[in-house]
Amino acid sequence: MNKILKTPIQSEDVENLKIGDIVFLDGYLVTCRDMAHRRLIDMGMELPVELEGLAILHAGPIVAKDGDGWKIVSIGPTTSMRMEVHEKEFIRQTGVKLVVGKGGMGPETVAGCAAHKAVHAVFPGGCAVLAASRVEKIERVEWLDLGMPEALWVTKVKNFGPLIISIDTHGNNLFDRNKAIYNERKGPIVEKICEQVKFIK
Amino acid sequence: MQRDDMVTAMTDIMANFTNYLGKHLPDDIMAKLGQLRSAEEKPLAKVVYDSMFENLAQADALDRPCCQDTGVIQFFIKAGADFPLLSDVREILDEAVRRATRAAPLRHNAVEIFEEKNTGNNTGERIPWIDWEIVPNDSGIHLDVYMAGGGCSLPGQGKTLMPAAGYEGVVQFVFDVMTSYGVNACPPLLVGIGIGGSIEVAANLSKKALFRPIGSRHPDPRGAEMERLIEDGLNEIGIGPQGVSGTDSVMGVHIEKAARHPSTISVAVSVGCWAHRRGAIRINADMSYEILSHKGVTL
Ligand code: SF4
Repeated sequence: MNKILKTPIQSEDVENLKIGDIVFLDGYLVTCRDMAHRRLIDMGMELPVELEGLAILHAGPIVAKDGDGWKIVSIGPTTSMRMEVHEKEFIRQTGVKLVVGKGGMGPETVAGCAAHKAVHAVFPGGCAVLAASRVEKIERVEWLDLGMPEALWVTKVKNFGPLIISIDTHGNNLFDRNKAIYNERKGPIVEKICEQVKFIK
Repeated sequence: MQRDDMVTAMTDIMANFTNYLGKHLPDDIMAKLGQLRSAEEKPLAKVVYDSMFENLAQADALDRPCCQDTGVIQFFIKAGADFPLLSDVREILDEAVRRATRAAPLRHNAVEIFEEKNTGNNTGERIPWIDWEIVPNDSGIHLDVYMAGGGCSLPGQGKTLMPAAGYEGVVQFVFDVMTSYGVNACPPLLVGIGIGGSIEVAANLSKKALFRPIGSRHPDPRGAEMERLIEDGLNEIGIGPQGVSGTDSVMGVHIEKAARHPSTISVAVSVGCWAHRRGAIRINADMSYEILSHKGVTL
């Protein structure tokens, strides 16, 4: 059985998740990347979407006009690390419970997730058509003055995933842990290869 | 065929081919991803591979670019010295890119330096990028087309070492890049390594290494052996798809080389992400063409 998170997400829903778990999302997912973070945190502007208990996605979608409304053509996660400087404060101010993106995030986000009971998850990068197929509709768009990629697209999603938990509420970071393991394995492997490439005599 | 008709014909071919490339991975990449997927043992990594293949199937069915980042378009050309449209190639490729951008549609990924404005049509100063090699006594043209995404361009790095560092320094450099930047760039990656005497030579060759078909080996047995050693070593680290850790790490490792200065050894790394959107096409003087990367496809 797939584990489903439904918005509004409660602290209890995310508290028992651990890194490496896979979940799917039903409910509201709002795209939120560099500029939206900058406006809220650095410029102190009020976010036009109430994010308490919702999920955000680090992404700049391709969106097409569809009659009076909009339709998602493609929506893939972008590198989450770019939002690292702002994410802790962003989680504190908004009460967002699920942050979705690509690749890992750093210690600030880990601290924010632990303090305010939120998690970071990755959606497989480069799978933009799959992601688009899980978006039921775009409810509205805010801050469109930022341009299509940076605007806040408020979407209703069904079975959005797989989402791999990369930071849990207990201070664990999947990518940090993995990188430590890779670095540990690297030394002896490089040493072994170096023995065999002494072409400069 | 009149010259104008030839220009129109080649523009059509290249516009359609560029559009097609954003939606379909080449045969060798598809085969390699399939192989990695079936060899994968970790449950988390398997889920990621399943998503990738579902995504490719949907991109094909819905006729949409398989990744939203359709990159900066680059053409690496081997042009016959007798190819009749040599003077028109820049104009043809600019127009082909503009048309593919509208038709596909491709994301707008050309930002002018200093002005910091997105041109909105994927052309800009020196973009699409064209790299020329002239082939004597040939009347056709071979084009390797590549969509250089942001995520997979980010790990690109180079360094000029002193000979004392040796090929050991080259190996260390490649592993350092791969275990840091390589983890976030949508693995499993194809790794291109350029070795030469100065940095731009190494960088250029590292990119060209990405156009060699997967499974090919360097013609020099020492080069082939070094490719194998690095590939096996990286796989042993087990970065897995999307860096979530897994049975393997990479789609392949390719080395290209140029003779070096006695006092320097430059190394550069370029990577292609799992959605390695490259295509190879040969166009003849009569505008007949053959697609080498995606067998059986007509445009
Ligand atoms: S690294 Fe490649 S697959 Fe991943 S998002 Fe960028 S272009 Fe797409």
